[in-house]
Amino acid sequence: MSAFGEAAGRGMSRTSAQHHAQGLVGRLINGRQKYLVAAACVAVCTVMLLPLVASVLASLKSTEEAAAAPPTYIPRGLSLDSYERLWNYQAGLPVYFSNSLGAAGLTILFCLALTIPAGYGLAKFRIPGKEALFVVLLLGLIVPYQALLTPLFFLFVQLKLHNSLVGLAIVHTAIQLPFSIYVMRNAFEAVPRELEEAAIMDGCNSFQVLVHICLPAVVPAIITVSLFAFITSWNELLAALVIMNKDSSFTLPLILAAARQQTSIGGTDWGMLQAGITISIIPCMAFYLLLQKYYMAGLLSGAVK
Amino acid sequence: MHSKTSSYVGLLYVAPALAFVLTFTVYPLVQMVWMSLHNWSLIAAKKFIGFGNFVKAWNDPQFWTSLEFTLKYTILITPVLMVLGYLIALLTAENRPLRQFTRSVVFAPVVIGLGASSLLWYWLFSYDFGLINRALMDLGVIAKPVVWFGADADIALGAVIVSIVWKVVGFGTILFVAAIHAIPGEIGEAAMVDGASYWQRVRRITLPLTAKTILLVTLVSVIGSLLAFDQFYIMTAGQPRNLTATSVFLIYLNSFPYLKLGYGAALSLILAGIILVCTCLQMLLSRRSHA
Repeated sequence: MSAFGEAAGRGMSRTSAQHHAQGLVGRLINGRQKYLVAAACVAVCTVMLLPLVASVLASLKSTEEAAAAPPTYIPRGLSLDSYERLWNYQAGLPVYFSNSLGAAGLTILFCLALTIPAGYGLAKFRIPGKEALFVVLLLGLIVPYQALLTPLFFLFVQLKLHNSLVGLAIVHTAIQLPFSIYVMRNAFEAVPRELEEAAIMDGCNSFQVLVHICLPAVVPAIITVSLFAFITSWNELLAALVIMNKDSSFTLPLILAAARQQTSIGGTDWGMLQAGITISIIPCMAFYLLLQKYYMAGLLSGAVK
Repeated sequence: MHSKTSSYVGLLYVAPALAFVLTFTVYPLVQMVWMSLHNWSLIAAKKFIGFGNFVKAWNDPQFWTSLEFTLKYTILITPVLMVLGYLIALLTAENRPLRQFTRSVVFAPVVIGLGASSLLWYWLFSYDFGLINRALMDLGVIAKPVVWFGADADIALGAVIVSIVWKVVGFGTILFVAAIHAIPGEIGEAAMVDGASYWQRVRRITLPLTAKTILLVTLVSVIGSLLAFDQFYIMTAGQPRNLTATSVFLIYLNSFPYLKLGYGAALSLILAGIILVCTCLQMLLSRRSHA
């Protein structure tokens, strides 16, 4: 557009009317492009949102309508039947929901408890063999946790941590740890040295420096680490499948998978499944929308290695 | 605080994380190597058999079928993810309200669970209760419902790919947008003054200057696909005849339902080796593109 305008401007022999017309044509082309981009955006949004909207709508169908084939696009009336059945499914939704919440909460706790001091230590101290140490800490990036589940399962049986939320949270922490350490170390490195030095002059020890000077400065990193820990733990299926084999210790992804497995025997309760999907998606979506800024920053700081 | 003695104080801060990694990553890794050299089930006593499990894998048709299927899935899905992710990034890179909104929407499925999204698509693709068959019939594309997860492993693979592209395409998009934003504005403007068309600018400027990010997203997608489990466990359950059982699925089957723990460990090591090779390859390539 600017190249076009410049060329028009150089045409000395052109009348102002021609000039004006060309400007108008240019604007029309520009306008058409704008609509094309807008149309493409709307199309992309529609494709991405349709499955989610369809699932939420299906979760609000009555029991009979949810079991009808072919399915209706939009529920004829709104009903909470599916949610009621989900609430009472096997050990009951509150059990699974609180298991998921417990595992995610513990994962956040473990991640923070380990990576706040580790990030501080790595960023602010000269440690002999620091490079090698960092490689060991990031080992999880190279060894997929999927490959370690069998020996972990044995270890947990010995430690009586199978079927326990603590055990599951340990695996989820192991998955998230390399990324979290990386984010924390970078955050602590960004805290200006002058601040710490001033505090040391005032007689603070290193622990007091960590708590009073550095921690307030790395709050965004703490939010990032917590958010990623939550999303990983809340959604993780394979480790839960291996470690949790008692109905009352199941998490939401497990109960969803179990409900699907029923199809080989009898009919699936599609309405209840949709309700389960909706329930398990809501917290992730809420946190993501609320804390999008941190999520993006965390993703990018993890990507730029 | 940066005196000679402080180095040990620093180590003290790192110690808990180090202890955790040693206990829950390094120790299981060593244990897994040990297990892979044994015939080990929960019922019978374990017996040392050297590389017997690896020989067994070599001669196991299911091992090769799974590996082939996993590679096929990876090779089919990676280009789709890369091209679509990049196109959406180009479309939404500018910071205008509608485009930023679109970016958020495209990224949203990334944060939801693979289990939940797989189940959602399992329903959408279901034979008589699914909206996809209903919509395709209403549109006149198909005459009768398609059995997506039935006897034909290729149709099932196609359906899984559609669902996973929906789920993860936004991951690449976000990293691509960030990389595009990092390109200095003057470069594009100079090319525009020289009369370069939009696609010329994309080819000559945007693509080369985001090459490192493209490499990174490719690696993450490839590793993610090689480790695929949830989507097949939920949507196909490995059926028909274990033809859609991926490598991780096979490890899971052998280690847990079948209780062939030594064999499962050997399969895990082989997969970890493949992932390690991919990671090293990426490091090598990205170092070269850096120079």
